[in-house]
Amino acid sequence: MKLLKKCSALLASVLLLGTVPLSHAEAAEQVELRVYNWGEYIANGEDGQLDVIEEFEKEYPNIKVNYNTYATNEEMYAKIKSGSAQYDVLFPSDYMISRMISEGMLEKLDFSNIPNFSDIMDSFKNLEYDPTNEYSVPYTWGTVGIIYNTTMVEEAPTSWDALWDPEYTNMILMFDNSRDALGLTLKKLGYSQNTTDHSQLDEAAEELKKQKSVLQAYVMDEIFDKMESGEAALAPYYAGDALTMMAENPDLAFVLPEEGTNRFVDAMVIPKGVRHKKEAELFINFMLETRIAAANIEYLGYSTPQKSVYELQDEEIINNGISYPSDEYLEKCDTFINLPEEENNYMQTLWADIKASGSTSVWELIFLLAVIVGLGTVTIVYLRKRRAQR
Amino acid sequence: MKKAVSRIYVGLILLFLYAPIFVLIVFSFNESKSRSHFTNFTVKWYRELFQNELIMTSLWNTVKVAVLTSIIATVLGAFAAIGMNAMKKRGRSLMMNLTYMPVINPEIVTGIAMMLLFVFICTLVQWVFGIRLELGMWSVLIAHVTFCVPYVVLNVLPKLRQMDNNLYEAAMDLGCTPLQAFLKVVIPEIMPGITAGFLMSFTFSLDDFIITYFTNGSTFQTLPVTIYSMTRKKVNPQINALSALLFVVVLLLLVLMNVKQARDGKKNGRDGR
Amino acid sequence: MLKKMSSVPYIVWMLLFVIVPLGIVVYFAFTTQDGGFTFDNIVQISKYTPVFVKSINLAVIATIVCFILAYPLSYLLSRASANYQRTMLMLVMIPMWMNFLLRTYGWMTLLENEGLINKVLEFFHLGPFQMINTPGAVVLGMVYNYLPFMILPLYSIMAKIDQSVIEAAQDLGCNSIMVIIKVLFPLSLPGIITGITMVFVPSVSTFIISRMLGGGQNMMIGDLIEQQFVGSAYNPYMGSALSLILMVIMLVVMGIMSSFDDDEMEGIVI
Repeated sequence: MKLLKKCSALLASVLLLGTVPLSHAEAAEQVELRVYNWGEYIANGEDGQLDVIEEFEKEYPNIKVNYNTYATNEEMYAKIKSGSAQYDVLFPSDYMISRMISEGMLEKLDFSNIPNFSDIMDSFKNLEYDPTNEYSVPYTWGTVGIIYNTTMVEEAPTSWDALWDPEYTNMILMFDNSRDALGLTLKKLGYSQNTTDHSQLDEAAEELKKQKSVLQAYVMDEIFDKMESGEAALAPYYAGDALTMMAENPDLAFVLPEEGTNRFVDAMVIPKGVRHKKEAELFINFMLETRIAAANIEYLGYSTPQKSVYELQDEEIINNGISYPSDEYLEKCDTFINLPEEENNYMQTLWADIKASGSTSVWELIFLLAVIVGLGTVTIVYLRKRRAQR
Repeated sequence: MKKAVSRIYVGLILLFLYAPIFVLIVFSFNESKSRSHFTNFTVKWYRELFQNELIMTSLWNTVKVAVLTSIIATVLGAFAAIGMNAMKKRGRSLMMNLTYMPVINPEIVTGIAMMLLFVFICTLVQWVFGIRLELGMWSVLIAHVTFCVPYVVLNVLPKLRQMDNNLYEAAMDLGCTPLQAFLKVVIPEIMPGITAGFLMSFTFSLDDFIITYFTNGSTFQTLPVTIYSMTRKKVNPQINALSALLFVVVLLLLVLMNVKQARDGKKNGRDGR
Repeated sequence: MLKKMSSVPYIVWMLLFVIVPLGIVVYFAFTTQDGGFTFDNIVQISKYTPVFVKSINLAVIATIVCFILAYPLSYLLSRASANYQRTMLMLVMIPMWMNFLLRTYGWMTLLENEGLINKVLEFFHLGPFQMINTPGAVVLGMVYNYLPFMILPLYSIMAKIDQSVIEAAQDLGCNSIMVIIKVLFPLSLPGIITGITMVFVPSVSTFIISRMLGGGQNMMIGDLIEQQFVGSAYNPYMGSALSLILMVIMLVVMGIMSSFDDDEMEGIVI
């Protein structure tokens, strides 16, 4: 009985506490804005920098930001597409934006609410993924290269081939997402990373399966720790993050492979059927404010598509050859474009196959067979014996 | 000799069970973020932990769900067990199969099946009533109750079987109404089962990650989900601090429970169990 | 009649939240993206055979290791003094009550190339060994997380075995090995069955342990399913088909296991 009383008291307190903040919120007409961003992709107040979310909430006290992160475009897509999650602002990359546009998943933006859009450089407007620029506002851009630890890799790698080098077996990390992994493999093979030729894609998939024997792990945000602490020697990753890692560990270095690479743009978009479109646009506009964008860019190490922010960048960063590669090199790069739906599905299937691949060795088969036969025999013997006893 | 071997053996198993926990605890006091070099003693990670709004909200969410889950599951399960006990053999075995389903089903299958159902419910509601519904606390709560109820049933049922049915009849003969007889005779008899079921539901709900991971929607995070997302990003020694604190809490709870049990055991005589 | 009615809410609840979701999974497993009927998803699964083989093998190894570690321990425990028993049981339970993500994370720190174990080995001029991101690490994670599930049922059944039965066998001329085979083993069979199921089922379907300790390279069935629903290869139709197959494997294993049990299923003792 005592327990029951305690329980009901607990229940009452839970219900009470549960309702109090709610009614409070209604009174102030608090709006909850849900932001879904990449991990480590916003200045968070670490090391005395600006905490962007906090700043936003200070400026708009009636908006409460609910911030969540994802590791890959595909993960974000799955969450939204399956209907298991709903957000107000997303940060997909180029190809994912056009995929979402073509599948009718995005809302057209009201640019009168985003006056700061005028600060975006002209070269980042009306890009291929959003030709009329109705759906997206660029956040950052960058390239993909190889980050490596100079104490473990003597000669600076020049080509994507280094990621297949058996000399570094178990010391290589790889992208844990289909488009980046397949893209750089296609580049390595000398194909376009936007190919729709199934034989080329299959060839790349075969290469990736081969790579598994030298790989240590597939990673996304986990890469920071692994490279900074010297767990791994080589990995392909985004230039901006590489700069962040190099600042932590001076042994690290970064190269852009000679075959060329992927140049990406990550942009802010609003998904279809959003609850607080106006507030979401306010947020996007806020992110473009020079001081906010500059804090983000400084924290991220990515390159900026904004004029005012670019002007604030240090000489050193502009000339480091990583953040803003030369025009000749950028010639060799291309940007992911969206592929037809069948191609996207085909790539997804390929990726699942790559991750799942692994030859079953004879020993594994023998072991499994032995287990099945053993279990079967024991069962049959046991059942017979029991029947005999009865 | 034999004794020494068995001591070493037990010691090794305990070492195996506790090594990672102690490493986490030791490094929760490490000033640098490194997980292999101990530099300086600090408690700053604990301070940061308590200021971490996300962790505190998810802790609160976890407790909320666990309390509600265990109450709902206990009520639902206890009544179900009483009903099942009154059934004929065929009906009962059918019910047993239903009860065992979520117990033997792999958690991940339960998780994705629930997710598909909830998304379906959301679209249905939107379509019929035009109201926008999305996954959140309600879906987590339903999912948790679903995988906890069977344990309540499985704990209460044996107690009901042990109970002498004549007791209930006797109470009625002595002038109790059926409700009184139920409250005064049946409930106290099956109380140990109910308590066990309640506690199990509570701990399972508190600890669940997989099913919550699939059904929590966009904003409702429980502690295990938050921990998972933390392990996938840059190292954050707050995780270590959190582990240390949880360990201490668990330790205290279990020691208290054990002391109480030991005392009760003595009261009820040597073989009280 | 009234009594029977009291289980109606439960029946409704379970039908709605257990049977219906499984029905949806079955429906998805036989559906194409456009909503048509197909067997294709099931047929396609054959290409994931290596994943199934690997998952089952690793889970079997983990189960065997758990059994080997837990059996002697449970026996020793069941023969010890009451106080010792209580303390030891508590010591086994405590880690189980801490969130398994945290404990697995602890192993990550230990096993890394730059982790504590390799540092200690380095001190003795050994290694470094590649321990994390190997199948071995995955098995270790499983053993670590599910060992208590093996110890507890084994212990609770062995505590019920009367010491005099063992002594009688010894008096009748059994050596210790014979005692184990002829007396201890048959008497503890129900505990063994429960233990094996309780370790095997979560092991074969895990995705967290293989993700955290296997580096995404040692994929298991659970990873494959997770990937199709919220991960990098969105395809709930395929994911449902995989779940269906996983359930079938479980049913087969449970069927075999329950054939050892004399009584109708007795309930999993924790």
